[in-house]
Parts: sequence; C-alpha cells; structure tokens
Amino acid sequence: MNMFNSKIPAGALHEKWDNYKANAKLVNPNNKRKFKIIVVGTGLAGASAAATLAELGYQVDAFTFHDSPRRAHSIAAQGGINAAKNYQGDGDSINRLFQDTIKGGDFRSREANVHRLAQVSVDIIDQMVAQGVPFAREYGGLLDNRSFGGAQVSRTFYARGQTGQQLLIGAYQQMARQIGLGGVRLFNRTELVDTVTIDGRCAGIVVRDLLTGEIQSHAAHAVVLATGGYGNVFYLSTNAMNCNVTAAWRAHRRGALFANPCYTQIHPTCIPQADETQSKLTLMSESLRNDGRVWVPKRADDNRPAHQIPEDERDYYLERLYPSYGNLAPRDISSRAAKRLVDKGQGIGPLKNGVNLDFSAAIERLGREVVEERYGNLFQMYERIAGEDPYKTPMRIYPATHYTMGGLWVDYELMTTIPGLYAAGEANFSDHGANRLGASALMQGLADGYFVLPYTISSQLASLLGKTIPGTDHPAFKQAEAEAKERYNGYLNVKGKRSPDWFHRELGKIIWNDCGMERTREGLQRALSDLPALYEEFKTDLRVTGTGDSTNQTLEKAGRVDDFFQLGMAMCQDALTREESCGAHFRSEYQTEEGEAQRNDDDFCHVAAWEWTNDPMNPTRHAEELVFETAHLATRSYK
Amino acid sequence: MSHLKNLTLKVWRQKSPADSGHFENYTIDEISDEASFLEMLDVLNEKLISDNKEAVVFDHDCREGICGTCSLMINGVAHGPQKATTTCQLHMRTFNSGDTIVVEPWRATAFPIIKDLMVDRSAFDRIIESGGFITAVTGGAPDANLIPIPKPVADAAMDSAACIGCGACVAACPNGAANLFTAAKISHLNYLPQGQSERFKRTEAMVETMDEYFGSCTNHGECSAACPKEISIDVIALMNKDYRASKFKNRKELSR
Repeated sequence: MNMFNSKIPAGALHEKWDNYKANAKLVNPNNKRKFKIIVVGTGLAGASAAATLAELGYQVDAFTFHDSPRRAHSIAAQGGINAAKNYQGDGDSINRLFQDTIKGGDFRSREANVHRLAQVSVDIIDQMVAQGVPFAREYGGLLDNRSFGGAQVSRTFYARGQTGQQLLIGAYQQMARQIGLGGVRLFNRTELVDTVTIDGRCAGIVVRDLLTGEIQSHAAHAVVLATGGYGNVFYLSTNAMNCNVTAAWRAHRRGALFANPCYTQIHPTCIPQADETQSKLTLMSESLRNDGRVWVPKRADDNRPAHQIPEDERDYYLERLYPSYGNLAPRDISSRAAKRLVDKGQGIGPLKNGVNLDFSAAIERLGREVVEERYGNLFQMYERIAGEDPYKTPMRIYPATHYTMGGLWVDYELMTTIPGLYAAGEANFSDHGANRLGASALMQGLADGYFVLPYTISSQLASLLGKTIPGTDHPAFKQAEAEAKERYNGYLNVKGKRSPDWFHRELGKIIWNDCGMERTREGLQRALSDLPALYEEFKTDLRVTGTGDSTNQTLEKAGRVDDFFQLGMAMCQDALTREESCGAHFRSEYQTEEGEAQRNDDDFCHVAAWEWTNDPMNPTRHAEELVFETAHLATRSYK
Repeated sequence: MSHLKNLTLKVWRQKSPADSGHFENYTIDEISDEASFLEMLDVLNEKLISDNKEAVVFDHDCREGICGTCSLMINGVAHGPQKATTTCQLHMRTFNSGDTIVVEPWRATAFPIIKDLMVDRSAFDRIIESGGFITAVTGGAPDANLIPIPKPVADAAMDSAACIGCGACVAACPNGAANLFTAAKISHLNYLPQGQSERFKRTEAMVETMDEYFGSCTNHGECSAACPKEISIDVIALMNKDYRASKFKNRKELSR
C-alpha cells in the first residue's frame, strides 16, 4: 500500500470535486440500512455527519463523552463562519476564499481540499439558515456579514458572539430528529479508548462507560472520528476542560498516521492568566479586532492607567507594522507581535502579561449602543472574568493556545491510513495548513460532516455490500478490551503521590515554554529530554483515588494525560525536524531580517506524517509532497 | 490580587443514585479572589487527592459560560449569587473570607443524581428529540437570502436561542418544571418563517414530552430569575398560546 495516496481526483482544480461526485460509487437506498457507521464526537463535524448519514438511511451509532451532544466544544466558537457568498458585493468569490485560506495556511495545505472547502462553504450557510440558525441580519431582512483576520472582504456570517453555539444547536437538533426517528443511536457519557483493526480494515471501537467503568466493543462498517483538537496538551488553552487527544491518539497507535502535530495555533486575543489556580484561558473573539485597536505603551514598565497615557506615547503596533491589514493581521503574526512587546517589558496589567484592546475610538465613532449590539455578550463575559468594564478601560489580552491544525492524516476522502477509519473537523489535518484563518473552523467542521463525508463514505462502503464484517466476539476486539481494562486498572494501581492534574500542568509548562509561540532547536531538544523523564515519573508516581467502577473524573483525566505525554513528544519532534518557519510554526533560527517567518520551500513543502513505532521517542517520519498548481508559492505579506 | 482565607465548604457527597447522600465539611485555607468557583473546587480536589481521598465529582467543561455543562446550587441559589452568571463564570471575589458556602447538585425529580454534584439531565434531550428542530434534510436548502427575516424577528429568535440547556430553570422551580427551557426552544423555532410548517406539531409534541418528565408550571418566575442567559418568562406565554392552538389545528389537520 502506498502510504501517501491522497486520492486527489483528476481535472482542473475547480472541477475536481464535481468530477469526484460524478464518479463516486453509490449505495442503493435499500442497501444503506445494511451498513452500520460509528461517529465518535458530536461537535459540528460529528453531529452534522451523524444526522446526514442517518438521513441517507445508514444505521448510525453516535458517541460522546458529554452528558448531551449539545455540549461539544464547537459551542464556544464566538465570532463566525466564513462563506464565499459575496452577499456584500465586495469582490468575494470561491477562488478568493480558496486563495486566502491557502495563503493564510502559509502554503502548507493541500490545494484540492482547500478548494473543495471554499466550494461547499456556500451550501453550509443555506443549510444552516433552513434549519433555523438565527444569523445576524440587516434591517431589510437579509443576512449581515463582518470581516475577519487575513481577509479583505466581509464574508463572515455570525449570530451575535455565539455563532458556534447556534451552529452546534442547529446540527444537534438535526441529529436529535434522527435520534427520535431511530436513525441514530446515541451513547452519551461514553469515551473511546481504542480502535480495532482486523485484516487491514477498521472493524470498530472499544469504549468506556464513564458512569460504570464498563469496557465495551462496537463493530461497524466504517468509523468516523470527529473528536476535535489537542490544544489541551498545553494545559492552559482556550479548549474546554475535557477536550483531549485520546481518540485520535489511540487510532494513531493502531496505525493511522498523525500529520503535522507541531502546527498549533496561538490565538492573539485571550484574557491573560490571572493567578496560579487558573484552569483554562478564555478567548475574546477575533471579531473584536474589527473595532478594537491594539496597543501598548511606547515606554517599558509604564504603570499609568490606559486613559492617562497620551496618544503619542502609545504604540498601535499592528497598524504600524502591517498597515494594509492593521488590527486584522492573521493570528500567528498578531500573536508573535504581542509576545515580543511583552517580552520587552511593554506589557500591561498587574502581571505585565497583556496588551490593550481599546474600544474608546469605536465607542466615540459608533456610539455605545452599536458597540453593545455587536459585542455585548463578549464585553459581559470579559467583565465577569477580569472584573473590569471594557466600555471604560481597554481589555487586557494576550495570546493563548486555541486550535490545532495538525491531526490525523487523511486523504481526499477524509479517510486515514487505516481503511474504513475517517477523521473529520479539527481531528484531521487537511485544510488549514500551518495556520487557520478566523471563522474557518466552523466552516471546515460543517463542510466535512454535511457535504464531504456523506459522499466519500459511500464509495468505500459500496465494495463491502454482501460481505459480513467481524463481530465484537472477534479475538481482536477481546484483546483490545483486555488491554483497555489493564490500562485503566494500571492508573489506579500506581498509588504514587501526584495527581493527574499536577502532571498535566507540568507537561503544559514544558510544551508552552519550548514548543509554543517561538521554538528553537535548543529548546526543543531540552523538551525532548525533559518529557521522557516527566513521563517516567507519571508512570511511577501517579495517584488516582477512588475506584474504576463508578464515575471517576480523576481516572478519566489520567488516561487523557497519558496520551498527551506521547503526543507532546511527537509535537516536539515534528517541530524540531521542520527546519523552517511557516504559519504558526515559528523557529527563531529561520526568520527574515524583519522578524517574519521564513519558509524553506525547497526542503519542507510537504506534510510530515508520523508513524507510531511503539516508542514515542522514535516515531517514523513520512513526507507527502505538496504540489501547487493554482496558487503561487509566495512569501506571505500582510504589510 | 488579594486572597480569601478560611472558607468552609459544605459539599453534598453521594456515592451512587441509590445512596442517600450527606454533607461533608471541608476547609479552604486560602484562595485567590481571581479564581473561579470551579477553580476553587479544583483546589479542593487536589487537596482531597493528596489526602488519599476521592475527589468530588462535578460536571463542567467550557468554563466560559456557554456549554451549559456546569450546574450547582450555591447557598441554595442555582449558579450562585451573581445575576446572569453560570457557576464557571462566578469568581471568588463575590465571596468574603470566613464564609461558609453550601454546595449542592441540582435538585429535581427529572434530574436524578448520578454521583456527588453530577446529575442526569438527559430528559432535556428527549424534549428536543420529540420535535425541537426544523426538518431540513441536508442538501435541499434554498439560497440563504431567499427569505428575508426582519431584524426584530431574528433578534427575538436569537434571544430565545441563547438558552444553554443548563437546567438552572428546573432546579430553581419549586415544582421542578421545565417550561422555561421548553418554551425557549419552541419560541426560537416558532418565531422564524422557516419554523412555521411544523409549528403546531412541534409545540404539541414538545410540551407533552416535557409533561412526561417534569412538574407543572404555576408561574413563580424563579426560572427566569435563575437563568444565566436571562431568558424572559414571556416565552412561556407564547408556548402556552401555541399549545392551545395546536390542539385545534393539529386535530383539523388529522380530519382532512
């Protein structure tokens, strides 16, 4: 098997997806009900896939570790969703969204996938409106748009500052309809602990019931992992507390390649850490940069309150450095600019760990009422957390880990290197290259679930018609169940002194310091010697109290931290071997004279896909060359 | 940054659904006032683990007030003392040194306790499954701008759609009724032009599923006061009106 058959269809770029659909094998409606598809995760990608596959007639089993599918972390996306509708008549088109996304990803994503994403973006908006998502509207009743980082058009659709919530509720309701009709069976409070491969095909999954600790197998014709990203490897991130890499990592350990783990996005506008008990960081939507101006005092250690600092002693550094994009420069660029100024001592706030995001000019220009209508709930959220009123004093913001572009390697059909096992949404690596543009995560999750997987999955299933698949009594399932039991009993039996949270925090510090916003060879080598040592300590000094046969959140956490350790090592190795800077991956050794990322297209214009070898410190690196036929490899400039 | 000292926590501990449960007292010697309420519980749990005791089980996830996973009756008030604020967004600066804080799970027949502070809210999902959607099969949708929706209508739908499904309304209601939740869900869809085809079928099905699990509404208004998203009690009037109408309209449809 060629590990890198990305299965890009023939034809001109804009015809590939149509060609694919025109030639894909179909399954007759009467035969669809004979196929069982497992969907793990019920965020935008998972819920939309489960709902659509069930509508088509497949039997779908959906799994979530939450109490309800509607809790998935897609819900926390604030700002919006991109689509090339050109409703504002400002020159947008599918080609422009494609070009922006390729450029935003710093030429490290696959052209064909990105173009398909731009194509189906317009269908997503139609679909979500039909389902009753209350997007913001103009007085005439038509849909409103706003602008996001990395774009010079207004193509972002939004529902106040709760776009993710509204889209997720839409997808959840569509899935709930199928649950009511019997098309989807829901398994809530159930976590994936392993995937099972039999005769080279994914045969199903092994799960753990989070209420009883029971380990159980489920067999299927196809398995979709829509299990989100791994940003929580940093401990402090904008991810929800329960987001984890376990599903993707367990599939990786069973043979699925893991691509570009070092592409992790740091979001420029989060509320800075306030104290040592901090458990997560909260994002303030990028949309705020439409009207907020980012600045720091020109002088280091300036302790005056913001309103006492005169205009000429402020550095509006994004407007100064990137005049054509200004405060809407892409996320990686804005984040690094903030870090450099804070490192120079120009940070603000009690811990000097933030920069100002100032709305006074917007309030003067538009009036408080308009600002309140656009961002009211974000301002309220800020006030709750920081205890300051952003209508009166500027918000304090600082970059934090937010999204992970890396993930399971998938081909054009979103299938991993294990036949029958698919990855959708943030869990795969495919569309954002080395950096994701704002309002594109919601777009990709829904594109994968609604408009890509339902087409691509049938072409694989067609060949399985009439064949029996292995049941859960197959020895491979029994062995995976036994291993899972042993694994969870193992955590309970270490009986050391440190909690899983303690290890997670320490792990996060290493990753943040040495594999965060700016990476160096030295730092990465240091991390790669510190991580195995800490991991060893984890295995011998972990303490999990309670038992394995009823709800035990400490035990759940132990399993997740274990997988984060192994992923962390892969991240650092990926960052170390990618000897260039691109998008969110910034190696200090590779920068231009002006301090911008310097790509090395001769040696690194490829996807790094890692193969598990049973030793987390020695995985095998494979490369999928990226070919650009339409977009021109250029130095990304937002000046 | 300042610190609170000597907090006493009375926390509900219950091993299993069948266990009768009891309060246990814990002390927090010192905690930053910048910590959130759930971060304070994290500190308690770290202390319990270091004392070789089982950590307190509680539901939580996004910690930014949007996923609706967190709950807790704090001193007898759903989501605690701060108005329009979920437990995860409640910060310790709201409390004082020396305070005693009582922490309990949601208490409602329809939300059985699973363990400690965690309850089962899946009855909410059953209500949505019975009709809380607009049937729009993937792929067949017309252009999104085909039906203009007046801004006030879209805004009203959004006000209802802001519900996070946390269950505070049920926990606060003396009758354990879910009328605010159900009405918020119904009015979100019933306000919109896209929701009209199924309006009365939806309302009848959702109200009757709600009645299978939850108590009856007697207009106390506690639900709206406890709602972290400040959903107005007006939506219940709209639901009642549509429910009454549904009894005539749905029968008429059947007799055709």
